[in-house]
Order: sequence, then structure tokens, then C-alpha cells
Amino acid sequence: MILRKLLLGDEAIALGAIDAGISGVYAYPGTPSTEITEYIQANAPEVRSRWCSNEKTAMEAALGMSYAGKRALVCMKHVGMNVAADAFVNSAITGVNGGLVVLAADDPSMHSSQNEQDSRFYGNFAMIPILEPSNQQEAYDMMAYAFELSEEKKLPVLMRIVTRLAHSRAGVTISKRKAENPLSPDNERTHWVLLPGNARKQYACLVQKQDSLLESSEHSPYNNSVTTSEKAKLGVIACGIAYNYVMENNPQSLNIPVLKVSQYPLPEAAIRKLASSCDALLVAEDGQPLVENQVKAILGADYPTKGRLSGVLPRMGELTPDSVGEALGVKIDKPFVDAQNVMPRPPALCQGCGHRDVYNALNAVAREYGNARIFGDIGCYTLGALPPFRAIDSCVDMGASITMAKGAADAGVHPAIAVIGDSTFTHSGMTGLLDAVNDKANITVVVSDNLTTAMTGGQDSAGTNKFEAICLALGVEPEHVHVVVPLPKNMDEITRIIRQEIEYQGVSVIIPRRECIQTLGRKLRQKKSQQ
Amino acid sequence: MKKDIILAGVGGQGILTIATIIGDAATTAGLNLKQAEVHGMSQRGGDVQSNLRLSSETIYSDLIKQGEADLIISMEPMEALRYLSFLNKDGWVVTSSNPFKNIPNYPEEQQLNAELASLPHVMSLPIEDVAKENTMPKSANVILLGMAAKHIGILTPEQLRESVARVFAAKGEAIVETNLRAFDIGLNTANK
Repeated sequence: MILRKLLLGDEAIALGAIDAGISGVYAYPGTPSTEITEYIQANAPEVRSRWCSNEKTAMEAALGMSYAGKRALVCMKHVGMNVAADAFVNSAITGVNGGLVVLAADDPSMHSSQNEQDSRFYGNFAMIPILEPSNQQEAYDMMAYAFELSEEKKLPVLMRIVTRLAHSRAGVTISKRKAENPLSPDNERTHWVLLPGNARKQYACLVQKQDSLLESSEHSPYNNSVTTSEKAKLGVIACGIAYNYVMENNPQSLNIPVLKVSQYPLPEAAIRKLASSCDALLVAEDGQPLVENQVKAILGADYPTKGRLSGVLPRMGELTPDSVGEALGVKIDKPFVDAQNVMPRPPALCQGCGHRDVYNALNAVAREYGNARIFGDIGCYTLGALPPFRAIDSCVDMGASITMAKGAADAGVHPAIAVIGDSTFTHSGMTGLLDAVNDKANITVVVSDNLTTAMTGGQDSAGTNKFEAICLALGVEPEHVHVVVPLPKNMDEITRIIRQEIEYQGVSVIIPRRECIQTLGRKLRQKKSQQ
Repeated sequence: MKKDIILAGVGGQGILTIATIIGDAATTAGLNLKQAEVHGMSQRGGDVQSNLRLSSETIYSDLIKQGEADLIISMEPMEALRYLSFLNKDGWVVTSSNPFKNIPNYPEEQQLNAELASLPHVMSLPIEDVAKENTMPKSANVILLGMAAKHIGILTPEQLRESVARVFAAKGEAIVETNLRAFDIGLNTANK
């Protein structure tokens, strides 16, 4: 019997990985990748799947599982690749034993992100195969293919998706589940001990594999062509999800041949062949113009190659069927113009959220000092930047609140206050706090603890119940570690403590602790339905 | 045959439940379906939408092209207008008329209603008020689905009604009954 399920792209990847026989998934939550790990946690409890502290620890644990001979998946959002990069790039040098797939979910248009970096650059940089599914069925099917490719080439494989695939549902036909690999730790120490002498050999081996990776792309079942009989004015190279936007515009009717690319390195022979049958090529790729540049290098500057760089497609933001249609010469017919009475509706902190009380207290105290600076971080509480709070002066990357406050304090800023969430603190804040303690930086750190990773939907937070102990162990003096309950009735106490710790010349940590009202509400509803 | 639907609202209003019900009906009927959702930061009280595409043919894009949506179903009047450029010339707007004001510069309601009313094919109802009057405050979204049912076309109201029962089945008989009643209120309003 054929089994068909309606799945999000993320869920299709998760089920694909389960059915490919993974023994573990390692991840830190991050939109739009979170639902992959959640699906595995809910549907395959025998697979190791506890949330990791950050993407680097996740990447390393997955590499360890691969070392032991089993298949592992590691998932993250695109900016998580920056955190995992050290382990990721070196995993291409060690190579793998059990199959290892790194899933990076990019967020073009920055729906929930600080940038729209394109993870394919990382795969290119690490010189490993990249897969880019165009739809949910491919996302599912490609997982088994990715693990086989990884074990065949003895390399990690990067699978890159974008928000629109991650968070879109479609029917997916399901195959049989494969058994997990037996335990068989690798015995080749020279592969894994990256002393320079070994690393040079391993790198030479990686360089040598490049021809076979290209060969694999040229014959990939996921790279294929829709050809036309006669010579065409324009041909299209459609990468990953961009293939859908091209096909939505019915290129056959326009006599436009299409080469779909879902496996990299780029299939050069196929591109040359397409170019020879067309007067010009359009590169449709979601994210940054990686392929457009590579195609120019393959075909030479004289061949007309169009795309985001040439300006026929927007330079930034996600592609849409409209923008791709326009590049193909399809006119948009809009019977209705944009409405007049529409205003932007930005997201906001929930009513009753503890972060609100934290910002009310911080703003009250900050007003007393003319020059207070509040360094924010990544999470729901970043919304404290918006009205009515307008409380934070910066938000850059995971953990940067503490370290930027330290640098600013070193330069003379006072008060220098950092606001960081509990999960972000254990992700990347602890090491910065140690720097601050060791240098006796004059900063006040607020670890706003809502007992969960809230922004991504309420996943377990790695440090829950451990924050005072962590701060003390890192050397924050006990009399400068405070726990408060962020409620309006406690405002006097909270503002008094903030004031007192700003006046202290050194590192203080204030931990406002109250459960996220979203997770609390969910627990209460579950309890009620069980009664 | 195809139907391209934009579901609109504010994070937390329950548009994904409407999408789930239509999705269940489409899957049961053997139709192809693509449903792009919004997850993440916008779910905290920001504007959210879902592109729902149903077809007997292959569906490529997860996103609907501008000017090609057959139907906008919105839990909120201003949010209904946000996606107007996506509507095709015969397209319908089915919306709640209860505004959700969580921004300081919410448009003047009279003008907003006038702009909505100027559309050729529009149906609006204060669904939250109706839901409260009928002691089903949490089923406003299902009332809206009932109102939109006959415009979905590619699925019959009866198929959608069966999916309402299936989607809520896990929550118990009482909740199924309430939501079926909500669906019928919407359906009957639209038929008046």
C-alpha cells in the first residue's frame, strides 16, 4: 500500500531522516529549522534527539556519532552555520564513517533572522556535496540519498533549504524505514587526529575527491533538464525551490528550456550543453548569487548570464513566482491595486510576558542615568526594541549582549547593561561572562529566564535550574547574583536591585525568572484535557 | 481545476486551524495541495498569512502569484485588505468585520469598511461577536470557514463539514459538536 502524508518541508526532512535509519539528530532551535527535530522527538523516541546547547555542540556530537559508524543528522538555521563552522569545515577534512547530513535552513527575506546569508557558500567552502530540494517530496526522498552519498564519498553532505520549503505543506509518499547502522567506530586515527601532518594528507584526499563529486552531480537524479526542440533565446538554470517559481510560469509555452539544479557542485557539462542551445541564460536561485557567479566562470564573460547580479531578478529577498515570471517576460495582471487602509502590524511581546516587566524596570532605572546603554540579544525579548519599550540599543548575534556590554564598558560606557535570555545565555553567553569576570568588567547582566526557548515555540532550555550555579562557577561574586520575579507588584524591589548593581564596580547578574506565558498556558490546557 | 486561497489574520487568531481543515478535506478528496505557513517571530501578534493552493493538477509554487488568488479568507478586516493585490478579478473576500487593534495607527474604521465594501465580491460578518452570542468564543475561525465554504468550490461544504469533525475528533465529542454548529452558522449566514 502506498502511504501518503501531508507534511511540512521540515517534517518531510525529519521523516526522511528517520526512514534513512538515523540514530541521532542534534540541533539547537532556530526558525525555520526547528520543526525537523520536534518531529523526530515526537515520532521516533528511539532516535537520540535532545536539544543541544548550540549548533557547534550539535555538529560535534553528530560527528562523534558518525565516527562511531551510525547515521546522524544535524539541523540549524543559516546563522547557526556560523556557530558550527569550525566543526563543520573540519568535518570535511576528517571525513565521516557513518553518514552525516548537515541541514541548514536559510531565511531569505529575513522573516525571522538578522541576515540572509546563503549556506551553499559554506558547502562550497568546505568542498562537500550540497543538496537543495525543490519540494517536499524531494526533501523526503533526498534524505536517504544524502546519507548514501555521504557514506559513499566518506564526506558530510550539506542539505540546504529555505523558509518557504521548510514551512510549506504538501502530500509526500513515504517509503520503508531502513534499520540503523551497527556500531563500528572508525579505527583510522590518521583521519581523525588533525595534526598538521595528518591534516595535509586529509585535505589532499578531499581535493582529490572533487572530480568524483562533480561526476555525481552530472548524473544526479535530482539535476535534470526540460528541453526544447529548437534553439532558444533564453534558457534557465533553476536551483532548489526556484525551480517551482520557474515552472509556475509555464516555460514550455515560452520555448524556454530549464535545467533544474538540486545537487552541487554545479553540473558543468549540463550547463555548457544548455548554454550552447540558448542565446542567454537566466540563473534563478533563492538566496545570494552564488550560482550566477559560478556560471559566469564556467561560460566566460562573453556569454550573457542574467540573474540577481545583472538586475533582472531582485538583488535581495526571497524569489517569488512573480519576480521570476517577470524575469522570464511574463506580465503580472493585477486587477486590484494595493489597499489604502492597511498599516504594518509588527509582532510584539505577549500580554503578561515577564520580559515586559523586565523592560519596564530597566527603562525606569535607565531614565535616571543619562547615558545608560542596554545591549540586547536574540530571542523574544529582542521585541523590546519596538514601541512601547524601545529599550535596547543593540542586537547582533547570539551572546553578543554580554560581550558588547563588556567592550563598551571597557571603553567607558556606564551603565553598560546586557539583556540576554536563558537559552541564549547557555548557547553563547557563558564564555563571554567568564571574560567579563576575569577582567572585572563594569557591567550588569540581566538573564531574563522564562524557563524555555520561547521564540521558536517553547523548546527545553539547556540551562534551566542551573543559572545561579553557572554564574557562581564562572566567578560572579555570590552577593552580586540576584534572582527576582518579574511581576508589576515587584517593581520596587527589581528597580532597587538594578540600581544597586549598576553602582557596583564589577560584574553583576540579575536573573528575573518567570515562566513563559505561552508554555505555561499550553501546560495548563494539557492538564485540563487530561482531567 | 484549481483554487488558490489566501488565509489572513493576526498571529494567534487560528488561521492555521482553518488551513488544517481545508487541507484534510483536500487530501481526503485526493486533490493536490500546497500550504505555505508563517512560523516564527510574526506569530507574536504580527500579521500572518497562509497561501493555500488546491488543484487536480501538479502544483509547483508554494506561493500564489499576484492577481491569481480566487479567495481571501481573513479573520480581521484590515488583514483582508493587505493581500488585495493577490486577488483575481472574480475573486471573493470573506472576512470578519471585528477589528483587532494592537497597533497605535490602526486605520479609521469607517474608511476601512468603506474600502472593503467597495470590492465587487465581499462578504463580512462580526464573527467574534457571533461566536460569543452563540457561546462558542473559540470557534470564530470555524464560523468564518463556514461562511467561505461555498466559495471554495473545488470542495463541497459537506466535505469541509466532515473534515471539521475529523480535525477536532481528538478533542472530544462536545468540541466536535460546537465546531460543527459554528460551521453551520457560517454556512447559513452565507446562504441568506
